[in-house]
Amino acid sequence: MLLMVETLPKQFKKNASRQLADEDLRKALTKSKGHFTGGRQKAIDNLPEFDSLRDKARDIKDHVLENLDFYLEEYEQKVISTGGKVHWASTKEDVQNTVLEICRSVNATSVNKGKSMIGEECDINEALENSGIRAVETDLGEYIIQIRDERPSHIIAPAVHLTKSQVEKSFRETHTHLDPQRILEEPPTLLEEARTVLRGKYFEAQVGITGANFLVAETGSSIIVTNEGNGDLSQLLPKVHIVLASIEKIVPSLEDASTLLRVLARSATGQEFSVYTTVSTGPRRKADLDGPEEYHVILLDNGRTNMLGTEFQDMLRCIRCGACMNHCPVYQSVGGHAYGWVYPGPMGAVLTPSLLGVDEAGHLPNASTFCGRCEEVCPVRIPLPKLMRHWRQREFESHLTPKFARYGIKLWAYLVKRPSLYKWVMGVQVKILFLLGKRQGRFSSLPFAGGWTKYREFPAPEGKTFQQLWSESSNE
Amino acid sequence: MNEQRQIILNNIRRSLGRSGPMDKEKISALKDRLTSPKRNLIPERTSLTSSSLITLFKDMAEGVFASVEEVDRLSDIPRAITSYLKKENLPSQVVMSSDEVLDSVPWEEQPLLGISKRIPEKDDMVSVTSAAVGVAETGTLAMFSGPDHPSTLNFLPETHVVVLPKDRVAKSYEDVWDMIRNNTAMGDRNEKKEMPRTVNFITGPSRSGDIEQTLLLGAHGPRRLHIILVDSKETN
Repeated sequence: MLLMVETLPKQFKKNASRQLADEDLRKALTKSKGHFTGGRQKAIDNLPEFDSLRDKARDIKDHVLENLDFYLEEYEQKVISTGGKVHWASTKEDVQNTVLEICRSVNATSVNKGKSMIGEECDINEALENSGIRAVETDLGEYIIQIRDERPSHIIAPAVHLTKSQVEKSFRETHTHLDPQRILEEPPTLLEEARTVLRGKYFEAQVGITGANFLVAETGSSIIVTNEGNGDLSQLLPKVHIVLASIEKIVPSLEDASTLLRVLARSATGQEFSVYTTVSTGPRRKADLDGPEEYHVILLDNGRTNMLGTEFQDMLRCIRCGACMNHCPVYQSVGGHAYGWVYPGPMGAVLTPSLLGVDEAGHLPNASTFCGRCEEVCPVRIPLPKLMRHWRQREFESHLTPKFARYGIKLWAYLVKRPSLYKWVMGVQVKILFLLGKRQGRFSSLPFAGGWTKYREFPAPEGKTFQQLWSESSNE
Repeated sequence: MNEQRQIILNNIRRSLGRSGPMDKEKISALKDRLTSPKRNLIPERTSLTSSSLITLFKDMAEGVFASVEEVDRLSDIPRAITSYLKKENLPSQVVMSSDEVLDSVPWEEQPLLGISKRIPEKDDMVSVTSAAVGVAETGTLAMFSGPDHPSTLNFLPETHVVVLPKDRVAKSYEDVWDMIRNNTAMGDRNEKKEMPRTVNFITGPSRSGDIEQTLLLGAHGPRRLHIILVDSKETN
């Protein structure tokens, strides 16, 4: 384990402080930020219908969620009629067991993986390795973090937290069969090396595992969207193709999938369309010359059915584009690992407490300035700030907020409900601070404000409250 | 697993506040939505005449680093491929599928071009396939898997040359679905009007931005995607 130290959602604060001090992370995030936000804006400027498409996308997902049982059953029937198999899994252990069962049925020793967040959610690699089956991540970013023994720090750019020299170091440590004197500084040489190393592995695996961006009820198809082509090689070459998908990935028709695809790539990477959008339906057909002989889909719940019918149902619209984290000032400062689990950024701050519980991840929804950018850029219009607020309320109600903060908030609430008392108390407080801080004009330490003054000075008030100044200026 | 299935479906129904089965009217409305799917919003940019549609396809494909050339006749294709491979410094051995379009190309006119009709192997450098549809909206190629088009041809070799007859350029992805449903895409191959095992939408050559978000071509799939637009299906 290189960096995977104590990264649990519970330790968000600790994780975040450590991440803030990480120079490499600063460098990596500064580089990526403009790329994503600028790219998205450009793609949207090229498509006047983008906002209407977002409304459509939202409506499609809402419609599916309201009728999820119907669509899942229809989808299942279609998969079976095209020769595939559907497995249902309530928990991550159920997914692991099913994957292992399928692997054993073909005596698999090696499994190739396309990028799958459900795979991450279910710790599939760990389960495979524990059973003596080699798991090879084939997406370049996923491969990099796999050899570093890390988790992805971003849902579509797993290695966004790393600089090229960190990648170089990891490659030198892992690819020990290659000449140590080789030149490896620049991204093209790094990519070349990864391509060559992984090329050989594609032909060794008996099972290929991919995720799914969408499952189509009309045809029983699964859709993956990639740029590298690794997902396709992973699913085409081995004997067995396993699709890992959560239940809310269903869409009714190919037309609905097309609408969602139009907003997905633009929101994610700023591309008009990803390089490879692959629609797979069942195993290889009789006359086919290639493709997998078996096609399995594992449908995961893992707490999602509990979100239906609650204020968090909207979160199940998420199509995992990553736009919310690309535009989030908190994510852009602390990076994805601070969030401590699979899903970082604003979408993670809402989803993680839903899936792991508020006692495990109640801290995450506090990691927001409520600037609202996440909601503004969300392709399926998830009201992320509102949902984070719901979680904050639940955290407060279940007495998980630290005592000090609870009393502080209660005291503040008492005061603001009594305007004249509030004015008087604030007036006295500001006056005292003015008198105390008059000489220096600032404080380098203050009781009850250590969290502030530890990193920066607190400017001394100048004798009057905002309200006093306001009424003075309006009287003039 | 059947047990899990029931648990999950029951949980959904409980969470949605539905105790009994859905009413019949509702079910038939939902089934209709599946059996006769309606198009949602399609971007205005494809409302063009067929010749401007081809220009749009070309511009969009070039915008994502595919190279595009136009030839008049099927008989021009062997020479076009040979000179492309020469220009790119690539070997003149290609692996190819056997389909309606490619089978009517007079390959024997370019004896320098070595052709193997089979699925690709690890070290094959160049593949040649046709495409079922070209989607103008984003310069995307649509490939249908089948005995005449093994999907690995789209991914394994470093260079992918695609022959696309101009009358196969369509507007949107939705056109592709209709072609599959109406069986108008690829002659009579797809008699059952069913989904091919794999539909590959391909928009430019393979790429990755995973190292410092630097755009690099040729991650796992082809480094080069060369599209040859051919005017007519006539050989001469």
